[in-house]
Amino acid sequence: MPIAFSQGFTPHPKISYASAAPTGVGSEAEYLEIGLREPVDPARLRDALDAALSPGLDVLDAVEAAGGSLADRIEASRWRIELPDVDPAALERAVTAFTAAGEIQVERMTKQGRRTFDARAAVIAIDMLPPSETPSGEPAVPCAILEVVVRQVTPSVRPDDVLSGLRVVAGLEPPVPPRVTRLAQGTLTAQGEIVDPLDADRDGATIGER
Amino acid sequence: MSVQSTTPRPVAANSVWPQLESLLPQVTKPIQYVGGELGAVVKDWDAAAVRWALMYPDAYEVGLPNQGVQILYEVLNELPDVLAERTYAVWPDLEKLMRAHRVPQFTVDAHRPVRDFDVFGISFATELGYTNLLTAIDLAGIPLLAADRTDADPVVLAGGHAAFNPEPIADFIDAAVLGDGEEAVLEITAIVREWKAEGCPGGRDELLLRLARTESVYVPRFYDVDYLPDGRIQRVVPNRADVPFRVHKRTTMDLDAWPYPKKPLVPLAETVHERYAVEIFRGCTRGCRFCQAGMITRPVRERSITTVGQMVQEGLEFSGFHEVGLLSLSSADHSEIGDMCSGLAEQYAGTNVSLSLPSTRVDAFNIDLAQELSRNGRRTGLTFAPEGGSERIRKVINKMVSKDDLIRTVVTAYTNGWRQVKLYFMCGLPTETDDDVLEIADMAHEVIRAGRAATGSKDIRCTVSIGGFVPKPHTPFQWAAMERPEVIDGRLKLLKQAINADRSLGRAIGFRYHDGEPSLIEGLLSRGDRRVGAVIRKVWENGGRFDGWSEHFSYQRWVDAAAEVLPAFGVDLDWYTTRERDELEVLPWDHLDSGLDKDWLWQDWQDSLSEYEQDDCRWTPCFDCGVCPAMDTEIQIGPTGKKLLPLTPVNGLKLPAGTQQ
Repeated sequence: MPIAFSQGFTPHPKISYASAAPTGVGSEAEYLEIGLREPVDPARLRDALDAALSPGLDVLDAVEAAGGSLADRIEASRWRIELPDVDPAALERAVTAFTAAGEIQVERMTKQGRRTFDARAAVIAIDMLPPSETPSGEPAVPCAILEVVVRQVTPSVRPDDVLSGLRVVAGLEPPVPPRVTRLAQGTLTAQGEIVDPLDADRDGATIGER
Repeated sequence: MSVQSTTPRPVAANSVWPQLESLLPQVTKPIQYVGGELGAVVKDWDAAAVRWALMYPDAYEVGLPNQGVQILYEVLNELPDVLAERTYAVWPDLEKLMRAHRVPQFTVDAHRPVRDFDVFGISFATELGYTNLLTAIDLAGIPLLAADRTDADPVVLAGGHAAFNPEPIADFIDAAVLGDGEEAVLEITAIVREWKAEGCPGGRDELLLRLARTESVYVPRFYDVDYLPDGRIQRVVPNRADVPFRVHKRTTMDLDAWPYPKKPLVPLAETVHERYAVEIFRGCTRGCRFCQAGMITRPVRERSITTVGQMVQEGLEFSGFHEVGLLSLSSADHSEIGDMCSGLAEQYAGTNVSLSLPSTRVDAFNIDLAQELSRNGRRTGLTFAPEGGSERIRKVINKMVSKDDLIRTVVTAYTNGWRQVKLYFMCGLPTETDDDVLEIADMAHEVIRAGRAATGSKDIRCTVSIGGFVPKPHTPFQWAAMERPEVIDGRLKLLKQAINADRSLGRAIGFRYHDGEPSLIEGLLSRGDRRVGAVIRKVWENGGRFDGWSEHFSYQRWVDAAAEVLPAFGVDLDWYTTRERDELEVLPWDHLDSGLDKDWLWQDWQDSLSEYEQDDCRWTPCFDCGVCPAMDTEIQIGPTGKKLLPLTPVNGLKLPAGTQQ
């Protein structure tokens, strides 16, 4: 594809990823911007990218950017956190304690070293899913499931930080690694709903109407 | 620490992905284990008559770009009834988890257990991958010793340059192939296919026998090694009548008929080389006496300029890479390198494709080529390899470069705009003295002095990079004594002082080196015999992994293991490394035929000691190294007189070949 390159001594293809999911986490909603040298039919671009990428990395849609930065439209993410072998009652107690807390300091190693920050304020919603929801993967394993909506902040609060928060407030220790999937990300409505960040381009509307 | 191979071989190969996936969040760089690269192939297991697992025994980031594995992977997968998948060494963090959760060594393509395959082929570029071989075999649930394996285990097959002396790993492999792999893997596939179609008559032993009878597959178990009381080898002879006395290397002739890789793998994870690499020729007859690659890959076989042009075009279209490497052992020696470089530079002018030409010689022509290749404005560093510091030592190693040549070449590079030049040398060469090494400092000083004078600028630098010499089998230095690590380290220290003795010049000179200890161990493994296998096993049992990585390599672990194991055989580490061999000694690889005449090698060793140089047979008469008549091969070089034509610009989007829109 006629991808554009940055200027300079070592030109790089113009690709920018907006708030990529952390390593080891599934995602149904990643977004990126690509700079092109010439106009291309978005549907053809989608097909070409999808064909070149690995199985499991599916390019679902492409739109022509009407303007504004994609990163500005990523205000929040919804995550699904499956906790195999966690007692739903224990999780419920932890969620209640988490919700009641005003601030929860957690620690994480970042590229700049160990940082301590608040994992509570960025969490807009934290809900346990009813037991009827079946988890992905091995069906035989009993499993508690959380859905959280987290605001995009700096430093970013990731699902593992929310889990650290549950450990801090209620001593919740998942016995096996949780399975985390990002379900959506985008702009946040006043009702706390997440809106596809590409909608603005599809409608021909410009960003900034929020 | 070994995992017992008690699990029965499953009827159908199950993917280990469900068990593996939950381990991946706990390890570093998990993406290296997921596969799914562009160019990767996953085939139906049950539809395949012959199944290969191919391994490069190092981390994915090093192993993925390996040309040998990529070529064989593609050659094999082009056959409709053959399936080939790749596996790499897993890092210790995942190894630990795999042992705890009983996940076997797996392929990255379809995450199938390596033990389920018919052939487990491992390509050894260096002997330092031997401990990783043991990890992979053990994790796969395959018995460590070839003698303990059953029909439920794959044939463990070694290839690559280190396979020219596989004796140190003879206990752990079932077979080894010497030389080029393209045709060898097809021949082996045919034998396995036929044997399976017949219902596997005679079991594993019969299959190995059929392989051995090709005379180009070495099956160590069919050969016995007898030793003299003083520890030297008395003889290596077949222990059955129907296998050959000597096993011969394979040579792929007519590289234009084998234009691989056509569909290079494009990794999702970061790797050491991210480029489309095309071999512009194989073999080298420059005759550098330390260079095993040059000796064992003869004769020179060029790929024609037009095939190279077409491979580059198609390889870039398929992969989307932005860098092209024109590989060979001495790339400037291609008979049409000038037209090739200018043609490619012309074709890709104004694009973001950059071209690189590693392994070049020390002359001004090289700078012309480099200028041609940097037309797009990207200047990669220039590296020259005089290898030896003094004129005398360069005669010993047959690296025919004079000091004046070198200085003239480097100064030309500076005056043409290069600011940084790298000079590569070796330390520990046969007959080397402190003075030979100290002359490197003089050379570097003179390079900077002349460069400053020619450019009128102080803004020029050179880096002196030193590697340790390791004597290798099938070279004239196969008889040479290695220098002790402390002597090497002492020389490097003196050299550093000498470089910095002039502070003004020294500031412009970078100094990089490896210390002597890893080289000594590489020397043990490269010239070792079957008794060294016990050392490798001991090191591995004591935790040895990734010996090619300085942060994982432990010299002490090797020294301790050698001291524990070798005295029982009446030999020691020094016996294998710092001892000079005499003419009549039976070398562990004498029964493995690289085509080189042993008498010629000995004569070249004597010529080396008397500082007599040997010219290149491409432009002087044949000097009877023996390869062409022994292997029934010939030099294949141009020029063809053809030129690369301008490319038609490609518009619009391209879908990778073989994908559905």
